[in-house]
Amino acid sequence: MIVKAKAVKFPDNVDTDAILPGKYLVLTDPVQLGKHAMEGLSPDFAAKSADGVVIVAGENFGQGSSREHAPVALKAAGVRCIIAQSFARIFYRNAISIGLPALECPAILTHVVDGDQLSVDLDRGQIRNLRTGATITADAISPNLLQVLNDGGIIEHLKKKRARR
Amino acid sequence: MNILEKILARASDKEEVSPGEIVEARIDSAMVHDLTGPMTVQSWRKLDETKIQDPDRLVVIFDHLVPPPTEQAANAQRTMRNFVEEQGIKNFYDIGRGGICHQVMPEKGHVHPGDVIVGADSHTCTYGAFGAFSTGIGSTEMAAVLGTGRLWFKVPRTIKINVHGSFPPLVASKDLILHVLGKLGVSGANYRGIEFAGATIEEMSIPGRMTLCNMSVEAGAKTGIVAPDTKTMEYVSARGRGSSQTLRSDEDTKYERTIDVEASTLSPQIARPHSPDNVAPVEDLPETRIDQAFLGSCTNGRTEDLRIAAKILEGRRLHNRVRMIVTPASQEVYGECLREGLFDIFTESGATVTNPGCGVCIGIHMGVLGPGDVCISSSNRNFVGRMGSPQAKIFLASPATVAASAITGMITDPRGLS
Repeated sequence: MIVKAKAVKFPDNVDTDAILPGKYLVLTDPVQLGKHAMEGLSPDFAAKSADGVVIVAGENFGQGSSREHAPVALKAAGVRCIIAQSFARIFYRNAISIGLPALECPAILTHVVDGDQLSVDLDRGQIRNLRTGATITADAISPNLLQVLNDGGIIEHLKKKRARR
Repeated sequence: MNILEKILARASDKEEVSPGEIVEARIDSAMVHDLTGPMTVQSWRKLDETKIQDPDRLVVIFDHLVPPPTEQAANAQRTMRNFVEEQGIKNFYDIGRGGICHQVMPEKGHVHPGDVIVGADSHTCTYGAFGAFSTGIGSTEMAAVLGTGRLWFKVPRTIKINVHGSFPPLVASKDLILHVLGKLGVSGANYRGIEFAGATIEEMSIPGRMTLCNMSVEAGAKTGIVAPDTKTMEYVSARGRGSSQTLRSDEDTKYERTIDVEASTLSPQIARPHSPDNVAPVEDLPETRIDQAFLGSCTNGRTEDLRIAAKILEGRRLHNRVRMIVTPASQEVYGECLREGLFDIFTESGATVTNPGCGVCIGIHMGVLGPGDVCISSSNRNFVGRMGSPQAKIFLASPATVAASAITGMITDPRGLS
């Protein structure tokens, strides 16, 4: 799978209260959740992300709550992929579960500035910065998780597994 | 192997596991609440299955928006009520019968040493206090668990926190875990397990151990754990519904890292805005006015916590500027505190007691902070906007420090209160 979109940068330790404030947790509709994506940190994020963005972030992206509403909101707001130096573990699992690609890439911050067009090859774990021409190698997504992502999330993955039986 | 490895090996029918290995473990209990449950049901419906794999292993607890403050919240609970009825789920706790999920799970016997437990809430790691492997997951993964009864885990590397010595007066487990968070940082234990051990932990009460394991996730940990002992077995045998496996780490087990803490050297600790690892001893803080004092949450809302605060508040009045909210963690805790007369002390001092729930800590129901508000809280997170307005400030502290600060209207060392 190849994802192409413009980079939006975020700092270290972006928490789930910033990604989706608690007051929206009564919502389950992705479209409604998407309107409030990143509201705690960047209130105009959702207005600008609709055409597709790649989030580029520092360490420990998604720390805090287990609210799946957080990655659901990002995906619905137009986030095609998140590349971070590292992820908080529950957020990482949630992103993969709902089919939102998440790549760990310790070197990413030095190679990307806000607004760069990126082309991300998820299968090979390679990121091309189309402005600079640089290729950055991310940690490979493990094969079983890549399968879940390629199926479109854990629900679709389980359904496909069931159909094969 | 250490205790976490032994639990995961057993749950995945393996002789041995090692860090980094992926295992598929049997899930002994699973928990959802009123805010993560509806999304679990939504994902479950997409699976096109009719019946969940084992309705007796699922626990449904309403605690985040209780009683529902809005039609929307009531509707979310309606979704869950319908699901409970449709699936024949017996372990359903509405208000008046339950309380905060992480208190209710052990209280009602859904936690045993050696269990593998998942909950659609990050503080599910609290049950490590009972020698269980327990961790937070998302709603869609929970739907998968409902379908299969199993879930994959990467066996974590483990950090050992070795604690010796006795706490000074008015210093307790909350101060210890804040101190540890200051050392580890918010991602210092990411993907890892934390085992708490040493003479201080052996001496520590079950509620104290729950506070430690509860905030392990604030360092990013998959779970915190304390090896089960006679205190654990006493608690569990009075309440548990299933069997216990009293596993312990082998003597020669290797840890990724060991941190030694001498409890007698600790003073009350404060996590300053806007991160739980921004920790300093209370004496290092500049004068800090507060508007709200919150005593409650899955971290520090148990009877022992309310007793400590009541002892400090007895015969005193709150500072006129301060609103103090006291939220017992569960209906059982509520009853205990009521019978002990603690509510008389709180109300005479000018504090307000609410029903059990999570609303204040997560900033969505009662006691929501406005712009410029400063809150001292016994809860677990102080991120920007966590308890309401992004312009509010949250300081995390122990129940004793919260109570002392409510009296003076400033963040106050409880040891200095005459």
